[in-house]
Amino acid sequence: MAVNLKGLTIRTAHEALKKGDFSAAELSSAYLDRIEKKNSSINAYIEIYDDVLKQAEEADKRFRDNTATTLTGIPLGLKDNILLKGKRASAASKILENYSASYDATVTEKLKKEGVVFLGRTNMDEFAMGSSTENSAYGVTRNPYDEARVAGGSSGGSAAAVAMDGALAALGTDTGGSVRQPASFCGVVGLKPTYGRVSRYGIIAMGSSLDQVGAIGKTVDDVSILYNAIRGQDSFDSTTIAENTYPVKTKGRARIGVPRDFLKNGGIDKAVGENFETVEKSLIERGYEIEDIDLPNISYSLAAYYIIMPAEVSSNLARYDGMKFGFLKEGETLKDDYFLSRGFGFGRESRRRIILGTYVLSSGYYDAYYNKAGEMRRILGSDFARAFDGIDVILTPTTPSPAFKIGEKTADPVAMYLEDIFTVTANLVGIPALTVPSGSALGNNLPEGGLPLGVQFMGRHGEEETLFNVAGDFLKEKHYG
Amino acid sequence: MHTPEIEALAELARIYLSEEEKATLAKEVEAILAYVEQIQKVKEVSRGESDFSPLRNVMREDGKPHESGAYTETLLEASPKRHGNYVKVKKIL
Repeated sequence: MAVNLKGLTIRTAHEALKKGDFSAAELSSAYLDRIEKKNSSINAYIEIYDDVLKQAEEADKRFRDNTATTLTGIPLGLKDNILLKGKRASAASKILENYSASYDATVTEKLKKEGVVFLGRTNMDEFAMGSSTENSAYGVTRNPYDEARVAGGSSGGSAAAVAMDGALAALGTDTGGSVRQPASFCGVVGLKPTYGRVSRYGIIAMGSSLDQVGAIGKTVDDVSILYNAIRGQDSFDSTTIAENTYPVKTKGRARIGVPRDFLKNGGIDKAVGENFETVEKSLIERGYEIEDIDLPNISYSLAAYYIIMPAEVSSNLARYDGMKFGFLKEGETLKDDYFLSRGFGFGRESRRRIILGTYVLSSGYYDAYYNKAGEMRRILGSDFARAFDGIDVILTPTTPSPAFKIGEKTADPVAMYLEDIFTVTANLVGIPALTVPSGSALGNNLPEGGLPLGVQFMGRHGEEETLFNVAGDFLKEKHYG
Repeated sequence: MHTPEIEALAELARIYLSEEEKATLAKEVEAILAYVEQIQKVKEVSRGESDFSPLRNVMREDGKPHESGAYTETLLEASPKRHGNYVKVKKIL
């Protein structure tokens, strides 16, 4: 039978699979057809796996012998920096172009046990560095709402895949907003969990004190299902936390705080500001109390982030040397091999951040930059702890503007970095953050129906559930996007 | 920031850069540093004042090592050049 993908969620797809309205094979075929139609223009996927239908048939077997779970047979997109054994994983970089994963990431292993169907690997900024997927070695991902605009990044392929009905949900990674910003640009839901909640074993590392695997889906419920399937302590990632590391402190209805001063100076688009007001109104109508909060140092977050992150990038990317795996370009000497493999294997943004990271870590500047940024990070942690004494959830827009035009910010790295102004703090402090669609930016020069906007809910460590509850309430009976 | 500084960093990072890119990077890195410079306004606070996300070392007991050679073939398959059971590289000395 024909499967209507438009209104489908993980929950409704699961019910339909259970009842036998359609099979997992039929569901996956419908997605493959859709991808066939849309991917040439959107470029959400770098590769569609050749065993999709085989995976779906395995899922159908599980429905027949009653071992199916909610995620069995659910077609998912996988960001190109997450390892799936035997499949290519390139982090959208030429330096890993031909790399085939030698093992499963913990998250893919968990999802395999659920019997999901991996459709393919989604496009991204090289090594997850960027806010637009324009840094991919495989071309930009276009926004399904306006193909002249970016889908956001770095998990732009994952967000666009869900938005174009090319996957029911997808996994991304988030180092400074890489799940939330593209989700917001593409009108879908995206979660960055608490630092340590999801194992990074088998994830191609970018900034190890910041990286988290996140879920992207059409509804808060879908994201919650996927998140609950991948979370948990893992002996292969010693940074993962136990269930009880952070006890939940929210009691009853969550109290919401807005860092008003920061928003006033955040360089927000008019449409984003107006939309944010309607979001606040809508939450108040639903019985929430909103108060202004003071985060006195939050405006320094982005500066701290753009010191700490490149420092970690330059260390993490030192492993790509053309010897053990990946791209090799040979010269006369061993040293030449290093220089040429790295110089021609890495893309421009990767080279830029490696140089920047090398600078802030070099002995003469270490104290002035890296140590200062670490200090700032601790101060931010204290500020947030104080704020969370009085409120349970912090509300901000997800991005200062809707999706921008392809090429608009490529010549100015600082302008591109400012995209992350509202998202980086959650990574620096390690707290969970969820973006949900909150309406559209309309205007004469915008596409009919407008461009999606999003709001971000941030919670205490370990309080993903609180975020799901508030965001779920916010979206109830009012479907945006 | 000038080209010789970028060259020194590229040497440390073992990365080839074209002349054109060195010049562009000098400008770009300078602009980025000008932005992150605001971090200098941070007032010193005593280390470890924040207890929001306490950092600690995670230790574990030594486990049983896997059987010797169990992953050799899988890992060597990924290397660009190999010689038997070794990764092949140019001579170091």
